[in-house]
Amino acid sequence: MKVRIRRFDGQKEWWQDYEVEAKPFTTILDILNYIRENLDHTLAYRHSCQMGSCGSCGVVINGKPALACQTRVGELKTDTLRIEPLYNYRVIRDLVVDLTDFVNKHRSVKPWMIRKNPQELEEAPSEFKVTPQQNLTFIQFDYCIMCGVCLAACPTVAIDPLFIGPQALAQAYRYIADPRDEGFEERIDVLDDSHGVWRCHFAGACSYVCPKGVDPAKAIQYLKKEILKFRLLRKRKKAVPPAEIVQKEPPPNAPKPPPFDFKFEGGVE
Amino acid sequence: METLDYDVAIVGTGLAGLRTAIEILRKDKGRLGVKVAVISKIYLMRSHSVSAEGGTSAVLYPEEGDSFELMAWDTIKGSDFLADQDAVWRFVHLATQEIRLIERWGVPWNRREDGRIEQRWFGGLSFPRATYAQDKTGFFEMRALYDTLLKYDNWDRFDENFVTSVVIENGQFKGFTAIDLRTGNFRYFRAKAGVIATGGAGQLYRITSMAASSTGDGYGIAYNAGLPLKDMEFVQFHPTGLVPRGLLITEAARGEGAYLINKDGERFMKRYAPSKMELAPRDIVSRAIMKEIMEGRGIYDEHSGLYHVWLDMRHLGKERIEEKLPFIREIGLKYLGIDIVDQPLPIRPTVHYNMGGIHTDIDGKVLMANGTPVRGLWAAGEAACVSIHGANRLGSNGTNDCLVYGYIVGNDVYNYIERERPQYPDQPRTALSAEEDRIFGRILGRESGGEDVYQLRNELKDTMERYVHVYRTGSELEKAVVKIKELKERYKNIRLTDRSRTFNYNLQHALELGFMLDIAHVIAQGALLRTESRGAHARLDYPNRDDEHWLKHTIALRSDGEPSFSYIPVRITMWKPVARVY
Repeated sequence: MKVRIRRFDGQKEWWQDYEVEAKPFTTILDILNYIRENLDHTLAYRHSCQMGSCGSCGVVINGKPALACQTRVGELKTDTLRIEPLYNYRVIRDLVVDLTDFVNKHRSVKPWMIRKNPQELEEAPSEFKVTPQQNLTFIQFDYCIMCGVCLAACPTVAIDPLFIGPQALAQAYRYIADPRDEGFEERIDVLDDSHGVWRCHFAGACSYVCPKGVDPAKAIQYLKKEILKFRLLRKRKKAVPPAEIVQKEPPPNAPKPPPFDFKFEGGVE
Repeated sequence: METLDYDVAIVGTGLAGLRTAIEILRKDKGRLGVKVAVISKIYLMRSHSVSAEGGTSAVLYPEEGDSFELMAWDTIKGSDFLADQDAVWRFVHLATQEIRLIERWGVPWNRREDGRIEQRWFGGLSFPRATYAQDKTGFFEMRALYDTLLKYDNWDRFDENFVTSVVIENGQFKGFTAIDLRTGNFRYFRAKAGVIATGGAGQLYRITSMAASSTGDGYGIAYNAGLPLKDMEFVQFHPTGLVPRGLLITEAARGEGAYLINKDGERFMKRYAPSKMELAPRDIVSRAIMKEIMEGRGIYDEHSGLYHVWLDMRHLGKERIEEKLPFIREIGLKYLGIDIVDQPLPIRPTVHYNMGGIHTDIDGKVLMANGTPVRGLWAAGEAACVSIHGANRLGSNGTNDCLVYGYIVGNDVYNYIERERPQYPDQPRTALSAEEDRIFGRILGRESGGEDVYQLRNELKDTMERYVHVYRTGSELEKAVVKIKELKERYKNIRLTDRSRTFNYNLQHALELGFMLDIAHVIAQGALLRTESRGAHARLDYPNRDDEHWLKHTIALRSDGEPSFSYIPVRITMWKPVARVY
């Protein structure tokens, strides 16, 4: 099989071709490993767990951002392979991109448990009670492995570098939807912003490429709803402390764990 | 060279490293302004703890029949009585609080209908105390810890900084040296206290459930600094690794009721552990599978040329699989195109965990050969050997070890800084320039020689896979030692193709290989010397446990490039060893 890889050494960029043998169950990561071990020791790419959990090996495979370790040759239905570094990031070398901005954006939405009484997070004589049904309101969004693949697919990220992006927004929603969290108000300034949820125009590409079925596009729509509801209620009854207004019950169509043959319905293909 | 000053430098960012960092920061809350460096050779969220699947043991329901005694007994019996019982006793008491604390930090534990935390069966347990979040337990724990760490300000992250050595002079920790992989710059982390939490060394083997990053760097840097490694010959094989790569299929599959089936369609575990069946401890199940394969009852896989047995989950039903084992189903579908709802999975033992590690005391303080602690250095998690797991770790006792020892070590480090007010060590100039010269002069800058890093690494993996596996014999272990010595000689002649300073993985892999060769030598030689079978160390030529001669920990020290061995007693405070029957 012919493999073309986009190379970059800090100064010049070029396409390099390799010839490798591949079976249908060979993964793209197997191919990269084979090339580095046997054909070209200078090829730089990240990888670690090899089973779709650590989020290291996001690359663009035949035009689609994906995890190298979870993409099999057989599913590509092609006998040439084109591998590029993730789009929308600065390339450092070959397939290695700069994730600094990505991790900072994630941190900017305060992706941690917030309680009105912070002492409740310091000691835990017992657990917070959460029913199995309540778990379903947020667990899908907790599947995020921070691979950054969704940002590489997002058309908005491509044109607005300040846009927080689908990963961070989905993680904001992960905590907001969690019945144990009380931090909606602390996060709203970042979210309710022209570079926050309102910048998303729902192309849905993030959900289409997400390797873990997180569905960030859905999370962003829920966030919009929560923010509008919050604004509306704040306007109507100013006396009520906002934290009590935030609805904590699962939304009527609470998300179920994602199906395995995850297919995006609607949006871009 | 760039010098970076921190109160504490933590190397490794799996569960143990992150938990340690959080404990220090939350204890401090700005009081002393303790500044922490969190260092990883990959990105902080990427450490291999994310791949822990099945569960985390803790006593949550004493009213339903569980107890600390029972958990301690399970752990000690599981360890084949090589665990230090005082350490186990402390460990089981601290696990409960960790489960509840990380629950509050966001872990979505599976729940009972009333909202309390649910638990399930795991191998070698007398009570279903494996606390779980689907079959991605370690992943969710990592997420909660990583996210919680982001809450604090007084720390700096050093993603993709590869630590090459720990500097110790006169029993005093003086910092770590590292390469910033992004720029290729040489860095000296000068710190008052250091923590090694770098995980295990599964990459010594070809078939392993462990990540490409699990190359045992922590063992390597400690060993090179003249610190002892303990019980390294005990390498855990997880019974159910997916053929061909050895990807982990969680023990929770068997906890939920999966069967192990041989070629004849027989549930063969009845011959090896009649009462526990598939839920016997990992060493016993791994041996049973290898025995079936050796005696011709395995199934041959044409694609990989490997023999395997089946892991059958069909009778669990689709609903239960989707609720409890969604990730296993995903793995089967994505990697083999097999849906576990309709078909069994081909599995065989896969290297999973190192029971041994850096010799520490019960507080995680790193000990020197004379048994006294290094001032200012700790180790936690799989990198450390306290020893809680002895000769065989129970499934679901790995993640809680990381959490509990992250807590213990974080606490201890903070107390050290608060009470002793240590100063920054003076710059160990000779050690630093020697290390810089080793990396950039003798390895990266080397112009002669023709040995290839990947060729040597593959030969090492094949050697370990072939001679230092589930079953071992004296003659095979001797062959392994000879081969490893040869590889070590050839390693002196390696030559790198990549001369770049930016993300030079060729250089990183060469440095890792140096550590791996040393560790492999310690494992193979230690296994050769231990003429008994105990836990994960099974000798065909010495099939029985020999408490009279071998109820003791192995201590390996580097002397003149070769490991030298001595032994120290096991601390037995509660239960005398008895026959281990399941």
